[in-house]
Amino acid sequence: MNKHLLSAGDLSRNDALLVLDTAAQLAQVADRPVKKLPTLRGRTVVNLFFEDSTRTRISFEAAAKRLSADVINFSAKGSSVSKGESLKDTALTLEAMGADAVVVRHGSSGAPHRLANSGWIGGSVINAGDGTHEHPTQALLDAFTLREKLAGGEGDLAGKKVTIVGDVLHSRVARSNVLLLSTLGADVTLVAPPTLLPVGVETWPCKVSYDLDPVVPDSDAVMMLRVQLERMTDSYFPTAREYSRRYGLDNHRMSMLREESIVMHPGPMNRGMEITADVADSRRSVIVEQVANGVSVRMAVLYLLLGGYSPAQAEAEQTVEGS
Amino acid sequence: MSRLVISGASILNRAPADIVVAGDRIVEVGKPGSADTSGARVIDADGLIALPGFVDLHTHLREPGREDAETVETGTRAAALGGFTCVHAMANTEPVADTAGVVEQVWRLGKEAGWCEVRPVGAVTVGLSGTHMAELGAMAASAAQVRLFSDDGKCVDDAVIMRRALEYVKAFDGAIAQHAQEPRLTEGAQMNEGVLSGTLGLRGWPAVAEEAIIARDVLLTQHVNSRLHVCHVSTAGSVELIRWAKSKGINVTAEVTPHHLLLTDELARSYDPHFKVNPPLRTTEDVLALREGLADGTIDAVATDHAPHPSEDKECEWSAAAFGMLGLETALSVVIESMVNTGLLDWAGVADRMSVRPAAIGRVKDQGGLLEPGQPAHVTLVDESVSWTVRPEELASRSRNTPYRERVLPGRVVHTIFNGKPTVIDGRTERVH
Repeated sequence: MNKHLLSAGDLSRNDALLVLDTAAQLAQVADRPVKKLPTLRGRTVVNLFFEDSTRTRISFEAAAKRLSADVINFSAKGSSVSKGESLKDTALTLEAMGADAVVVRHGSSGAPHRLANSGWIGGSVINAGDGTHEHPTQALLDAFTLREKLAGGEGDLAGKKVTIVGDVLHSRVARSNVLLLSTLGADVTLVAPPTLLPVGVETWPCKVSYDLDPVVPDSDAVMMLRVQLERMTDSYFPTAREYSRRYGLDNHRMSMLREESIVMHPGPMNRGMEITADVADSRRSVIVEQVANGVSVRMAVLYLLLGGYSPAQAEAEQTVEGS
Repeated sequence: MSRLVISGASILNRAPADIVVAGDRIVEVGKPGSADTSGARVIDADGLIALPGFVDLHTHLREPGREDAETVETGTRAAALGGFTCVHAMANTEPVADTAGVVEQVWRLGKEAGWCEVRPVGAVTVGLSGTHMAELGAMAASAAQVRLFSDDGKCVDDAVIMRRALEYVKAFDGAIAQHAQEPRLTEGAQMNEGVLSGTLGLRGWPAVAEEAIIARDVLLTQHVNSRLHVCHVSTAGSVELIRWAKSKGINVTAEVTPHHLLLTDELARSYDPHFKVNPPLRTTEDVLALREGLADGTIDAVATDHAPHPSEDKECEWSAAAFGMLGLETALSVVIESMVNTGLLDWAGVADRMSVRPAAIGRVKDQGGLLEPGQPAHVTLVDESVSWTVRPEELASRSRNTPYRERVLPGRVVHTIFNGKPTVIDGRTERVH
């Protein structure tokens, strides 16, 4: 593993499997009456959120706390950042506080990359979503969920057909998933109107389709991306209704799926837009499990980046094995 | 009258010669050792290449308004160190150079600084707003004698305003220098639109946004029979369009920046805003087409687009950072690396693209002359055999935003003579007053 987790593309197949296997072990902690390991006792994890994202922040917070780390939540709103403090000065402040890891969510693509490579801070940087670039821990939790549901919870995703539908152009989730799932051997297909696909998508390690219907029957998993309504005013598509008709997942399309295929969504959902309520609440939907798996995967990332191969690891392994 | 003898310089890399300067003119060019050195200051230029002083068509001196980034004094000193004897100061200052008063102020500050000639560029529209034509005639008739007009930083995107401006400047032999950028296609744009922008999640700046404006403007120029200059051409398609326009006899000229001749969008992978510039760094294919266009004369001039910014505007996340990079002190070295060392341009070609043609485009009377008796004594002496490491803190500019940090570049300006007086000797500035 690298020191930082900035892009899902940084993870080799072995790195990715290590994270997933570690997450599987750590997931058992959630089933215990005392959901806590002493692994990161005395280490400080800063959640540095320049963008509101309650679900991602509490997921990282729960993960860090279950590993006994001290957690500092630094939200740009209500901090000096909103008064115009620069990323650099914020980073220097965190460094002075002795942050061992900084979990950063930022509206600007590449901001975590800047934090990791500028020399402003010495700790590990974990990208918790940057602009329209990447969201690697979301991809890890999606891979974890896919593996649990489709591959018996072990090994890679060789040959599994994953369809990702929606606003790929603006989606950090799509970018990270294409990179990670292809690393793990899955066949990924992106489905979107041409306006919502980035220039150069033909060079990505996946297939691309403008039509959803032909792709659905052969999919092991369909992942619906959130589509923001303001994309309509920017003329990416004519109306919400037309988008839903062509690219939404409703009961009819879901009925074309194979028996064992699943439906995913990174949240937050626009019910009625990209996914109908029936589908979101159906037995195929693993959306709630994705959230639970998010904590385990983020525990694994923190554990591997911070605990690494230090004595803390052996201690944790004993604890896990003993459980 | 003060006499200066430049001894043993190879004019345009031809046989060595002595150049004798009296006052602000070259009075004699002869065999090495032939010059009468009595009572003269002698500059030993043995082994150096003599070129006419460089003329930059595109410099942001930032004064008035952003003296924290650059001033006329610091910017023109950097220019002298880069071998320039004339720079065109862009209009996007605060206040904007859209009146005779502001252009005269900048022109006067240039005179007082004395490092090189400062030719102010006037804004095309009031406040760079793109809606009302500025008093172009007043700026042309002012002491600054403005001949180039540009809303650089912004595109004159309204076709009617562009047409009227092109027509209006015909009255005083002016030209419109267009920053070709279709605004709607580039809203929020951060880098070249291509495979890499999609991967990095940075909003793309498509080549078509530049090419569409150039195509429109050359046709407008043809229609009203005026003169157009295209700023910082950055794409292969733009080179094709300008080549076509010239073949039709349209009166269009174009410039390319040193950074677009050397650097590519791959550098954005670092998310280091020192590589953020407008127009953005493009692909290798674009770089090669720009070099070819400069070599065959489709592109007339190298212009730096020297754009100083304080460090806080670069030490931040990419999308929050300012566009632009320094260029004056590294321009020649980058041209050597991209054009001379690749065999695309000889030294006569360098003189043509960095001095003769830009002076003609800017209608600068006493610049861009070849080094012959009777010509103004603006001389740049270059050592092509050395290389140097770019260290931002050693640059004369007030800002530090060079994209060449720690890069080793070939060739160096050793001496610069402006109006018969040395402004740079042995790579260091000399006080001229």
